[in-house]
Amino acid sequence: MTKEAIKMETTKTQDSFVNRLIKVITRNPIVFLLMIAAIVVGCLVENFFSWGNLTNLLSNTAIRFLIALGVSGCLITKGTDLSAGRQVGFAAVVAGIMCQRGDYNGRLWKFLPEMNIGLVFVIVVFLGMIWGLINGLVVSKLHVPPFIATLGTQTIIYGISLVISDAQPIGGFQKIYTTLINGRIGNVRGFHLPYLLFVAAVFGLVFWFIYNKMRFGKYMYAIGGNDIAAEVSGVNTTRTLIRIYTTAGIMYAVAGYLLAAKSGGASASMGQGYELEAIAGCTIGGVSTTGGIGTVPGILIGVLVFELLKIILQFLGVNPYYNYVVQGLVIVLAVALDIRKYIAKK
Amino acid sequence: MSEYVLEMTGVSKSFPGVKALDNVQLRLRPGKVHALMGENGAGKSTLMKCMFGIYKMDEGQILMDGEPVTIDDPMDALNKGIAMVHQELQPIPARTVGENIFLGRYPMKKALGFIPMVDHAKMYADTAELLKKVRMNFDPKQKVGELSVSQMQSVEIAKAVSANCRVLILDEPTSSLTANEVDALFRIIEDLKAEGVAIVYISHKMDEILRIGDEVTIMRDGRYIGTWEASELTTDKIITLMVGRELTNLYPKRENVPGEVVFEVKNFTSINPRSFRDVSFQLRRGEILGVGGLVGAQRTELMEGLFGIRSHTTGQVFYKGQEIKINRPKDAIDQGIAMLTEDRRGSGIMGVLSVADNISISSLNQYLDYGYFINGKKVEQLVQDNVKKMNIKTPSSKTLIKSLSGGNQQKVLVGRWLANNPDVLILDEPTRGIDVGAKYEIYCIIADLAKEGKSIIMISSEMSELIGMSDRIMVMCDGRVTGFVEGSQATQENIMTYATQFE
Repeated sequence: MTKEAIKMETTKTQDSFVNRLIKVITRNPIVFLLMIAAIVVGCLVENFFSWGNLTNLLSNTAIRFLIALGVSGCLITKGTDLSAGRQVGFAAVVAGIMCQRGDYNGRLWKFLPEMNIGLVFVIVVFLGMIWGLINGLVVSKLHVPPFIATLGTQTIIYGISLVISDAQPIGGFQKIYTTLINGRIGNVRGFHLPYLLFVAAVFGLVFWFIYNKMRFGKYMYAIGGNDIAAEVSGVNTTRTLIRIYTTAGIMYAVAGYLLAAKSGGASASMGQGYELEAIAGCTIGGVSTTGGIGTVPGILIGVLVFELLKIILQFLGVNPYYNYVVQGLVIVLAVALDIRKYIAKK
Repeated sequence: MSEYVLEMTGVSKSFPGVKALDNVQLRLRPGKVHALMGENGAGKSTLMKCMFGIYKMDEGQILMDGEPVTIDDPMDALNKGIAMVHQELQPIPARTVGENIFLGRYPMKKALGFIPMVDHAKMYADTAELLKKVRMNFDPKQKVGELSVSQMQSVEIAKAVSANCRVLILDEPTSSLTANEVDALFRIIEDLKAEGVAIVYISHKMDEILRIGDEVTIMRDGRYIGTWEASELTTDKIITLMVGRELTNLYPKRENVPGEVVFEVKNFTSINPRSFRDVSFQLRRGEILGVGGLVGAQRTELMEGLFGIRSHTTGQVFYKGQEIKINRPKDAIDQGIAMLTEDRRGSGIMGVLSVADNISISSLNQYLDYGYFINGKKVEQLVQDNVKKMNIKTPSSKTLIKSLSGGNQQKVLVGRWLANNPDVLILDEPTRGIDVGAKYEIYCIIADLAKEGKSIIMISSEMSELIGMSDRIMVMCDGRVTGFVEGSQATQENIMTYATQFE
């Protein structure tokens, strides 16, 4: 160990708790600002700190978290996936159509029998996988920059959603579909544990495991850190990228399937703008747009904080149209602060 | 009037965890070449960045003509007559020479008396004038991307001259120049000296320092060691002062014995007609084959072609008697071939990842439990083995590799390749940008590997390294292999003869 290294180690242990806290706060300013905002709003506005509100926050977070997990792989490899929201919408539309009741008058695909919702899930996930695969192939084989590639597929997917849904809202779901997904356990003064939370938790654990304990995860971080070095080291970067975008597609499909049931209806415009929310959640949670950096717990915190922001605005009675303004600002701010970390180090 | 055009005194600068500069001084006389020397990490670049306004000094002062000045940023430095030609040139390749030189301060004129627009005629006329001054005769309207490295450098110097600089910083200006180009650069430097420009010359090459330098300032570990007249110094003395200890052996004793042929290349030709062509050679077990040549001889391209990073059209590669096909690095790695690339930052390290991640990325298959799950303990064991074996200085296996010194980064990368237990190792400029002490350690590692029976191909642009380490030297010129020299008979002269056999 060098002298400097030893010096650094000793200063580290001498760091007081307060110093460490300050460090954590300065590295994640948005998280802490919003926490403070939440506390202030909670004290000022009635019912903010209520069990019902918490349930609401958690179940909203659950679905956004799934989407954010999907997009995180793309971000960590210095890419992005702007088609995330439209893929969610597509999955919601397909799931919605297939889960319509057999005796429902407005059924879109009358040729279909009443479908088993488990089978529908499999079909939707398979279709999501295909979209992801297409994105992955375009990005890795055709070398189209991810920003442009997914901007293109976003539009394609939206168009197809409009065609198959006939641009109509879809309703009349089988009861089991909506009740199962909106199911929850316990009831402590209005607080429930929604099933969605468990779904999110399971996927969170699986992703944590993949990112930290599996070769695929290591390859992903390596590509984000330095794609040429990864290729030279024998990483099949093409295949890894395809898998990343495919996995993302699967996650959007899962989210779309759940979202349709949660909302009790679906339409082609569902999920619009979710890609930005997911990217914002990731960035606030420490996924760096410079590549190679990002953790699953960080993403969870990022998404949670972003949902918190939305609820704060709602409770403050802000005109909902302003939500877009505020959310957009937060995204730019989050990325700007992230980039600053790396500029300052030079 | 002060006898110095610029003085820096008592300069200190700290970064988190490291004191990069500690009470350093530098005094520049007009019309003199002042060489700044020290190992990598001695603080030369940091000092220059303080002078050029890229970093802010924690302590210390800068005097120009005896008057204290503050330099806020590079623009400010330029306005005060300080110019810098960076180690890595940063031109805009798709724009012309003139536009690059006058970037940010285009000569302007008013169209119709009020619309400000760039005065291209004046810009190109001025550029032609400047190019004449630096003894270059190419077209000011040529795209910079079409120039050679030395021409680009001349453009950078012309840019500095055009700013009427009084202090010119040249950071490793000859690292990618041929001997002729170095001569041309030195003529420009002489011209600038005659005009009274003070030149700071940063280089590791002793012969250049002794040839062109008037004064030498030596730094070590961020501290000022002293300033000498160049005429008082010798190569040995400079090294001793830089390293702070006597270096007796530059190269380790080699005990490897070349055996049977393990790797053979026949008529290997690039897909790019201007790159390597019709290359044939053999590599023996336990042999160190040096690859020499001038910059542009396509040595890196050839090796990257063999490793599957670049494409080839025709040619055969035999490994242990069997013909093998390599289309991407993975294919080569699977065969037991490894390649340490030249550009450590560009294609070697993954800066934001840990030492453990960097060292294990190529051999993850070995640490899997049940075929899927990475066993952290095995990875940690790999790191510890390498740390011990190669004396890698890192606080822990979780330290980000970018915070290590160049030499330690290089050792981590060597460790990455050795983890695959390859039989053939291609090392492209393995000691570039590494300080003297760490260089010797790398040489020892190479010698040990050869002794273990591994076959090594080593590209090197340092003549003495090539001669000191190789059993045999393959020399290339302009994409072709022009000759082989036995290590024992190699001299600078016979290598250069082959290296300059242009068609």
